[in-house]
Amino acid sequence: MSVLTEPERPQAEPDNRAVVLRSWKAPIALAIFTVIAAGLFILGHREGTTRFQLSQGSDLIQLPAPELPTFATGIIITIVLALMTAFAFYRVQKYRRVPIWFIAVFAVLFMTGFLTWAAAGATVPVPGLLIGTVTLSVPLIFGAMGGVISERVGVVNVAIEGQLLAGAFSSAVIASATGNLYLGLLGAMVAGVLVSFVLAAFSIKYFVDQVIVGVVLNVLVIGLTSFFYSQVLTKDPGLLNTPPRFSRIEIPILGEIPILGPVLFEQTIIVYIMYVVVALVYFCLFHTKWGLRMRAVGEHPTAADTVGINVTGTRFWNVSLAGAIAGLGGAYFTLGAVGAFGKEMTAGAGFIALAAVIFGRWDPIRATLAALLFGFATNLQNVLGIIGSPVPSEFMLMLPYIVTIFAVAGLVGRSRGPAASGKPYIKA
Amino acid sequence: MKLELRGITKRFGALVANDHIDLTVQSGEIHALLGENGAGKSTLMNVLYGLYQAEEGEILLDDVVQKFAGPGDAMNAGIGMVHQHFMLIPVFTVAENVMLGHEQTTFGGRLDLEAARAKVREISARFGFHVDPDALVEGLPVGVQQRVEIIKALSRDAKVLVFDEPTAVLTPQETDELMVIMKQLRESGTSIVFITHKLREVREVADRITVIRLGKVVGEASPTATNTELASLMVGRAVELTVAKNPPVLGEPALVVRDLSVIDPQGQVVVNNVSFEVKSGEVLVIAGVQGNGQTELTEALLGLQPHVTGSIELDGKSLRNRSVRKILDAGVGFVPEDRTQDGVVAEFSIAENLMLDRSTSKPFVKAGNLQLNFLANFAREKVTEFDIRTQGIDSKAGRLSGGNQQKVVLARELSRDLRLFVAAQPTRGLDVGSIEFVHKRIIATRDSGLPVIVVSTELDEVVALADRIAVMYRGGIVGIVPADTPRDVLGLMMAGEPAPGTGEAA
Repeated sequence: MSVLTEPERPQAEPDNRAVVLRSWKAPIALAIFTVIAAGLFILGHREGTTRFQLSQGSDLIQLPAPELPTFATGIIITIVLALMTAFAFYRVQKYRRVPIWFIAVFAVLFMTGFLTWAAAGATVPVPGLLIGTVTLSVPLIFGAMGGVISERVGVVNVAIEGQLLAGAFSSAVIASATGNLYLGLLGAMVAGVLVSFVLAAFSIKYFVDQVIVGVVLNVLVIGLTSFFYSQVLTKDPGLLNTPPRFSRIEIPILGEIPILGPVLFEQTIIVYIMYVVVALVYFCLFHTKWGLRMRAVGEHPTAADTVGINVTGTRFWNVSLAGAIAGLGGAYFTLGAVGAFGKEMTAGAGFIALAAVIFGRWDPIRATLAALLFGFATNLQNVLGIIGSPVPSEFMLMLPYIVTIFAVAGLVGRSRGPAASGKPYIKA
Repeated sequence: MKLELRGITKRFGALVANDHIDLTVQSGEIHALLGENGAGKSTLMNVLYGLYQAEEGEILLDDVVQKFAGPGDAMNAGIGMVHQHFMLIPVFTVAENVMLGHEQTTFGGRLDLEAARAKVREISARFGFHVDPDALVEGLPVGVQQRVEIIKALSRDAKVLVFDEPTAVLTPQETDELMVIMKQLRESGTSIVFITHKLREVREVADRITVIRLGKVVGEASPTATNTELASLMVGRAVELTVAKNPPVLGEPALVVRDLSVIDPQGQVVVNNVSFEVKSGEVLVIAGVQGNGQTELTEALLGLQPHVTGSIELDGKSLRNRSVRKILDAGVGFVPEDRTQDGVVAEFSIAENLMLDRSTSKPFVKAGNLQLNFLANFAREKVTEFDIRTQGIDSKAGRLSGGNQQKVVLARELSRDLRLFVAAQPTRGLDVGSIEFVHKRIIATRDSGLPVIVVSTELDEVVALADRIAVMYRGGIVGIVPADTPRDVLGLMMAGEPAPGTGEAA
């Protein structure tokens, strides 16, 4: 056999073809926030000191609670923010990107300044703020995992909201009727899968537009659960709508870590299941045969088909799996948090989970972080309401949604989803 | 392995794509399947590969009848395919693409990437490929991507390899390399089916040739047959392979482009500092392998690209930073390269398509109302003039064949009062008859004294049409050379090497 030698190609020329297009989005956003900071912290002058409570009474290790002078802190933070903004403008002027950690540091500083200002003369309960963040994020994270799986395999899952709500409803009813929490969880998963079946059947088998099916399914689930709630559950709430609740389990040693311990390791079993689900989704998506195949189906279904992968089947079962995971998130509303089903109790969490999927660039870990961010925004509004912030509560109610819009529209810009997501695979 | 197809028939509705096709490929043979676009070659191979199910006929490997329910079965039986549009996942690495579908795993279901890398390295070494198993496929040049396809097929122990139009995306040099690889594969005992419509390649590597026309086998030929013989067998009548044209009557430079750069939304410079001019009465062909900036260049001329620097002047007036409407009004006629996507609206009638870019003014629109009688007369006239084969001017454009759709586009653009004509890949995917027609029209446009720009990736077409040739490579113009430049020089230029004597890019 002859050996073919690669002919030398003149490809060695320096690759100077990539140019960074200057994007002024980041520095302009930072500038806006700096102006807001100056307006609130300096012009909206508030006297006094702000106390940051870092430990709860039950904690083993008690951290001191620092006290910051409100006005001076506000001035210092505003100056630092202004300097950081100037630096961001300088970098973009030089055609360089503003790194993501820089924006994160900016955000933390701004938030510290805001809390200091808002809670002048009062105490900010930091552990409470963070515990609430995790609590509110749990359904978002489950929903986002369902979204990641579904979109990675090529089906846009707008029906997360419906899956959450169906999960919440059926887990409440089943756990209440049987008295068994684990049967409730199972029921939530089944309900999520049933919603997924409809989505899968219409979008994969009959090529109906996936977004339209998803939206219609959400409306359908809202209608069905509201109907059964007002016609059946309210007739006999003792039997059908008083499920037991999961109690918090503290994990020894880990639970003693200052600040983070009570936040992460004094939670209900659903939260621990969530940790496992996130880790499993991440590992399986990028390191197993299942993940490789399902990503192939979501990127280039024809190519997957030509190597003998059953595209329709892969999509169908993974969308079902996504439904099961989102359904678990729904169970958290009833069995983890509230303890009863209420009409439309998911209140748009599914859509925020969908935003977390996009903001997290279809990556399970990043989507989780995005969901935590949205959870934080929601909880911030609660906490500020309690400590009596000068900002009107109606305005604070918009906060999570404003964060969502900013995050998805402003910061995601260039992210690229699975290439075949939303496109039906039609074989000739 | 010996492959035999017996009486394969495949129908799509009323259309018979394959009509009782018989084909035998001996072990260790390169068998060329020659036919025009739409003759049914790819359909036949998709049947062989299990992607389509044939209505009649059977597939035999070493005289054993096979049943393929899907590509998986075909692969297990030892059939591999190098697809025309690569079946690779752009965001996966080479190793991941090669392992996809028959993954090996280690402890805990973890993918055994190391085994896949070793496989890629082993096959690469066997054929002298230089392929990095960890490179992302989307970052590789198309020639290398094709090798990944070959590695993918060989990693499954393919004994019969089907190459579906493998040279469409390659430079002439890459094509030569592919020919060497195919011969190597033949020596190692692989049977090869080589699908193409390019005569030169067939004669170079094929041991036997089967010609298909309109879904039927119309004959066998030996590789010693002449181009004219093969072409007339393929088309079914005598074909003129050259375009008859007189020497150009050159006028003043009409289109002057200086230092034109185009930056795409990802920040890539896709057209890099390009300067050229076109005289009236001249055809400038922009040659080059697909994806070297030709698309973006023509779109920039039309005002379709957002980030453009440099200057574009037509008859002394700047076209840059003007809306598409203004540029069209300035007399630029444009045949887009993707006919079905950008050329016609499939759901519109032929008449409506003929007035698509003239909906703003008289005589087609008066006081906001379409002048339907005028349009009908206009459309009937153009259908006759451009020989558009249709049942009537009210048929939908989507129902026309590719050649007739392209005639609609030409009729629309050429019936305007033009100052410049730009045709991007005007004959891609057309049958030989339509190609002849399009070529004649382009030359007629030139002879009427207009400057003409044609973008083409086919060397035959480049040489046939050009008065001058500008070769593009990675966004830049490698050189602008006369039409009688030898093909091997053009080939080297398409791989980025400046023509001897011209020095750096003009």
